[in-house]
Amino acid sequence: GKSGSKIQSTPTKAGGDRYIPNRSTMQMEIASFLLTKENDPAEESPTKKEQQKAWAVNLNGFDIEEAKILRLSGKPQNAPEGYQNKLKVLYSQQKTPGSSRKNGRYIPSMPDRILDAPEIRNDYYLNLIDWSSQNFLAVALDNSVYLWNHTSGEIIQLLQMEHPDDYVSSLSWIKEGNYLAVGTSNAEVQLWDIQQQKRLRNMTSHSSRVGSLSWNSYILSSGARTGHIHHHDVRVAEHHVATLAGHTQEVCGLKWSLNGRYLASGGNDNLVNIWPCTQGDSGDFAPVQTFTQHQGAVKAVAWCPWQSNVLATGGGTSDRHIRLWNVCSGACLSTVDAHSQVCSILWSTNYKEFISGHGFSQNQLVIWKYPTMAKVTELRGHTSRVLNLTMSPDGATVASAAADETLRLWRCFEMDPIKKKEKEKANSAKSSIIHQGIR
Amino acid sequence: IPLLRSSLSLARVAAYGINSILYQRGIYPPETFTRVQKYGLTLLVTTDPELKNYLNNVVEQMKGGMGCIVQRLVVVISSIENNEVLERWQFDIECDKTAKNESAPREKSQKAIQDEIRSVIRQITATVTFLPLLETACAFDLLIYTDKDLAVPENWEESGPQFIANSEEVRLRSFTTTIHKVNSAVAYKKDSFP
Repeated sequence: GKSGSKIQSTPTKAGGDRYIPNRSTMQMEIASFLLTKENDPAEESPTKKEQQKAWAVNLNGFDIEEAKILRLSGKPQNAPEGYQNKLKVLYSQQKTPGSSRKNGRYIPSMPDRILDAPEIRNDYYLNLIDWSSQNFLAVALDNSVYLWNHTSGEIIQLLQMEHPDDYVSSLSWIKEGNYLAVGTSNAEVQLWDIQQQKRLRNMTSHSSRVGSLSWNSYILSSGARTGHIHHHDVRVAEHHVATLAGHTQEVCGLKWSLNGRYLASGGNDNLVNIWPCTQGDSGDFAPVQTFTQHQGAVKAVAWCPWQSNVLATGGGTSDRHIRLWNVCSGACLSTVDAHSQVCSILWSTNYKEFISGHGFSQNQLVIWKYPTMAKVTELRGHTSRVLNLTMSPDGATVASAAADETLRLWRCFEMDPIKKKEKEKANSAKSSIIHQGIR
Repeated sequence: IPLLRSSLSLARVAAYGINSILYQRGIYPPETFTRVQKYGLTLLVTTDPELKNYLNNVVEQMKGGMGCIVQRLVVVISSIENNEVLERWQFDIECDKTAKNESAPREKSQKAIQDEIRSVIRQITATVTFLPLLETACAFDLLIYTDKDLAVPENWEESGPQFIANSEEVRLRSFTTTIHKVNSAVAYKKDSFP
């Protein structure tokens, strides 16, 4: 038979050696740990103490057992009397004491509807739901995408991935609602035509799963696990028109501002980057701002619809704070401790408020008044952490997807009918821009 | 002198690391910490003057002398009530004694070192997601492992290793400066979780 040896061509770099990975120097535990810090680390395999000892001796070259151990004496005063370790208070928090003051309107505490979302992936870093301007709610359940027509109640299965091990990692509707962008675990960015229920394009440019997507007219931006963000011009064959390298870990939050001027990205590296829509003089994209204050992954990223340049961000488990920024000045306008992992933030145009979705231990949605940051109300019901939030085109309903495999629709921003009429009058006066379809 | 410079930055990283642990594990009230920008990160450091002073002793120890003296730095967190050790953070410092050797990778850029330090600090922050809650009020202890022939300096006393009896351990990321290589791990008391 034939010998199985292949000849490998040496890389083009002059003098470069073939890269031989060395398993013992790979930091497998750390890699797995870093990738999953917002998710439950149920798969952690701790090292044994004996192994660690041997490792220590080999590494250090000296026998650490022979070392002298010194303890720093003269300890400072402990935390003051009555200080209870905040972690316990944080993670076992009961309902907020004292009633929130009566807000001006009635917000139902129960969801309007509860939909089944079986097999929805319980992965903090993905963005699995989006609601179109044509009133279709798209939901990714593992390797399939379903469309729920909110008007008729009809459910369609749009797609199912070919390989059973692949899954859908992000969804985003184009503004007009006729095309749906789908990011996958095998690094693809697919474009689907809803009317024909056909796949128009399959754009491959990433090398790892695409967990976040955001549209800016005909530009689709995608964020991947490598930390890279790609801009795709969906009208042309050579779709990959730009690469933004500003994160060293998964990009889980990605949102273009409403005026298309800036792109905000949040990553598992705890950074928030604000990108301009045009390249700098060098031809490269560089962030105009980088915010480092969050101590956890930033997936919740949302632009204020009525105040340009104001951005809200929320941090993961080790951070739990919501921060408001002015992206022009770089100033942090306000901060509030939400006491729980923040997965998503949405602004309401109907009321000057925003809503946030949370995880352990309440799994609640919180509505906050802007700019006072006072809590308007909390919506409870989910029995496991909230993963994503999305809003209906009329702005009255918020849908939340959670790890309890349900989608709940909360009618929390319903407009007062009189105010609604006034708003509609004002909107119709604006000129409408006709968009060309995508060839 | 590259060895001295590396020891200085190592000492500073140690201080920030310890501060992060004290903040994230809730050993001291969060209100007593303030934010500083360093290594492209927002770090939390204590404003408590006594605590600051206390931590300085560690920094001094690591700075002083030849910088190869401290082999391991340990932060021990134990319950005030019964002195039981609940958590143990261990930083192993490998020092390239042949620092004069030209083959040492001295071209390691500041940026590369900063990136690694950033990773370690971020890892400490992220451990909150899996470390068991510290239910009782806790105190911390700082231990250093050093050469057995070294004279015990002022402010320090000999001690045992203060291992945790029944522990789970997680190895964290390592980072290297031009001279030092630091490996970190955290061990915590195995608890009976529902």
